[in-house]
Amino acid sequence: MTSIDRSLAASGPTRADIRARQAAKPPRRRLSWGDPFTRGLIYQAGLAILLALGIHALYSNVSENLQRQNIATGFSFLEQLARFNIGESPIPYSASDTYGRALLVGVLNTLRVAAVAIVFATVLGVAAGVARASRNVVISTLAGTYVELARNVPIILHVLLWSSIIRNLPPPRQAHDLLGIGFISNRGLTVPLPGFGTSGGTIMIALGVAVLSAFAAARLARRYGERTGRYVEPIVPALAVLVALPLLTWLVTGAQFTPDIPQRRGFGFTGGLTLSPEFFALAIGLTIYTGAFIAEIVRGGIQAVPKGQVEAARALGLHPFSIMTRIVLPQALRVIVPPLSSQFLSLTKNSSLGVIIGYPELVNIGNTVMNQTGQAMEMVTIMMLIYFTLSLITSLLMNFYNSRVALKGR
Amino acid sequence: MANTLQPLVSGRRNALDWWLRERVWPSPFHILLSFATLALVVPICVKIANWAIFDAVFVSTGPESCRDAVGACWAVIAEKHRVILFGLYPFDEQWRPTLAVAIYLITVIVTLTPRFWSLRLLVPLWTIAVFVIGALMYGGIGPLRIVPTTEWGGLALTMIMFSGTVILGFPIAVLLALGRRSHLALLRSVSVVLIETLRGVPLITILFVAVNVFPLFLPAGTNVDKLLRVTIGIAIFFACYQAETIRGGLQAVPEGQYEAAKALGLRYWQMTGRIILPQALRIAFPAIMNHVIAAMKNTSFVMIIGLFDILTATTAVMQDPVWRKYYVEAYTFAGFVYFAFGFALSIYARLMERRMNKGYVS
Repeated sequence: MTSIDRSLAASGPTRADIRARQAAKPPRRRLSWGDPFTRGLIYQAGLAILLALGIHALYSNVSENLQRQNIATGFSFLEQLARFNIGESPIPYSASDTYGRALLVGVLNTLRVAAVAIVFATVLGVAAGVARASRNVVISTLAGTYVELARNVPIILHVLLWSSIIRNLPPPRQAHDLLGIGFISNRGLTVPLPGFGTSGGTIMIALGVAVLSAFAAARLARRYGERTGRYVEPIVPALAVLVALPLLTWLVTGAQFTPDIPQRRGFGFTGGLTLSPEFFALAIGLTIYTGAFIAEIVRGGIQAVPKGQVEAARALGLHPFSIMTRIVLPQALRVIVPPLSSQFLSLTKNSSLGVIIGYPELVNIGNTVMNQTGQAMEMVTIMMLIYFTLSLITSLLMNFYNSRVALKGR
Repeated sequence: MANTLQPLVSGRRNALDWWLRERVWPSPFHILLSFATLALVVPICVKIANWAIFDAVFVSTGPESCRDAVGACWAVIAEKHRVILFGLYPFDEQWRPTLAVAIYLITVIVTLTPRFWSLRLLVPLWTIAVFVIGALMYGGIGPLRIVPTTEWGGLALTMIMFSGTVILGFPIAVLLALGRRSHLALLRSVSVVLIETLRGVPLITILFVAVNVFPLFLPAGTNVDKLLRVTIGIAIFFACYQAETIRGGLQAVPEGQYEAAKALGLRYWQMTGRIILPQALRIAFPAIMNHVIAAMKNTSFVMIIGLFDILTATTAVMQDPVWRKYYVEAYTFAGFVYFAFGFALSIYARLMERRMNKGYVS
């Protein structure tokens, strides 16, 4: 028996063999074009040299051009006074504030309109998607028409059309009345604000507690169902807690209710909350456009659930509502969530269209600053960085949520 | 057993029966729901039909033609279609963009027909088409007078930017996708950084780069046409999104295909061009078409940086005090143009998908 035979006879190579193999040097690389490793190195070196040359050429061109046009580089202009007004701002701002603060207002306005539109687009999209996947031919045709019409038209057109419609509404004096509590006019949408007198803060805290307890109640209901087999729809106790807790707090603190209902006064309105026409147009346009895409995602997700799941649930005698919430949607969510997050991202980026209808969001204000200061490079960099950060945060949050709904392997 | 199988193998009458039973009245609740929905929707549809067709004014007889109109005033389109379709292009020369659009549409139809799918035919076809359209639009040859790109506009401009985006962007997308899957670390990281950065920012910021920043990158004294700069910008943006869909396709090609190609001794570009890419593009086709349609809609963003595309032209029509009131009609028309192209492309995509899936299980 040779040593090779002996090692074959044993189960696999012996420890000594492995040590010997590790000690042996890897085959010596020849420096030739035929060796893939060398070739890769040469390609990469070539690419690195090209990149370096390109960046150097760009850099020297830029610095030469800037010098010739007497533009100072750097971000010190952010400290200068902005000297322009902004139509609406969630934080105090005046023309005597700095460019930096103006940009902050822009970011906040972007977030404001994006948050509102994301909520409404999700609601609209889920409703339309479920409707489009419905067995009912009337409902699915209706939803299908909306989806095809809305998503085959550029988002700019949606925004422009809504902006035109709102700007052409009658002035506040002849404003359309909304159920006697709100108005819609060419000044935008005016809605009442609920007022709870002095107990407002307490009720807000109660609402916060109620949201948390609602989740806990849903969880308890689920546990109870799993333990006893007597199934309780988790949404029922959750909703009960959500309504009861703030209501009780309100009753205990004296049941004050003084809603702030807007009134016509002179050339405008007093009281209530007025959403500017630009905000309103942008939010509606984004909602309707993105809603159509979300509807398609939801429909795809629902149809990806195997038919047998629904049939089995029906055979078990589950209520159609429970089939949807307990069987179909949880499985569909796995398919829905990843593309949904990219829709939220694109909605946030599309909110930059505020620039064409005069909504003071980031790009609009950035554009103004760019025109006033001539700091094109810096401003474009700032805008890109901010959007990039927003994208990163959104995708991190959505990845976190996705990891919770994703299929757990055992 | 035979009874339960019957609906599956039934003829036409049973199919209709099934459709009625499953889709139209599955349960009393659904009948109620259908009627409630119809009761809500039908009056709205009637109103829209009255507005758009029965009470509408179609023929323009000058500025006064819509004064007494109850419904839509399509006369605004009749009156202003030249501006909407051609923008600022000199009025007497507008046969040129018309012809250019016609040549373009023929080229596109030929390109989309599977029978003509060979690079040997399509590359010369597009080269000639691009040259002829460019010559027609720009002029300077023979009796055609020069029309600078700043005067191009309307549908012709939208179309030029759209095809420029796809023609320039698609090869870049393929290279980026291959780069992202390359084993060369530097190439891979360059691709990843480019793709992820551009996908994280809005198209507007890239247009700002093309218009405001890019001139700073050029040596003093040189100038690149604004239309070209913007088209390249949109193309690179398009490429970054498209690269991700192509990468998805590449990842779905079974590993065995790579190994078999290598075992046959094919080199990288032979393997990629003849074995991997054809399969990857077939798998990714639906997603690719979605981004192509999105690219067409995205050309409308040039409004922000002052190029005169069909939407800018429509908005410009609204500056005319006589026709200002009819913005809904004008925007509906512009929307219809986009819708027609987008819908046609998506129907085409669906047909091709069915055709390509022949012979495949999935």
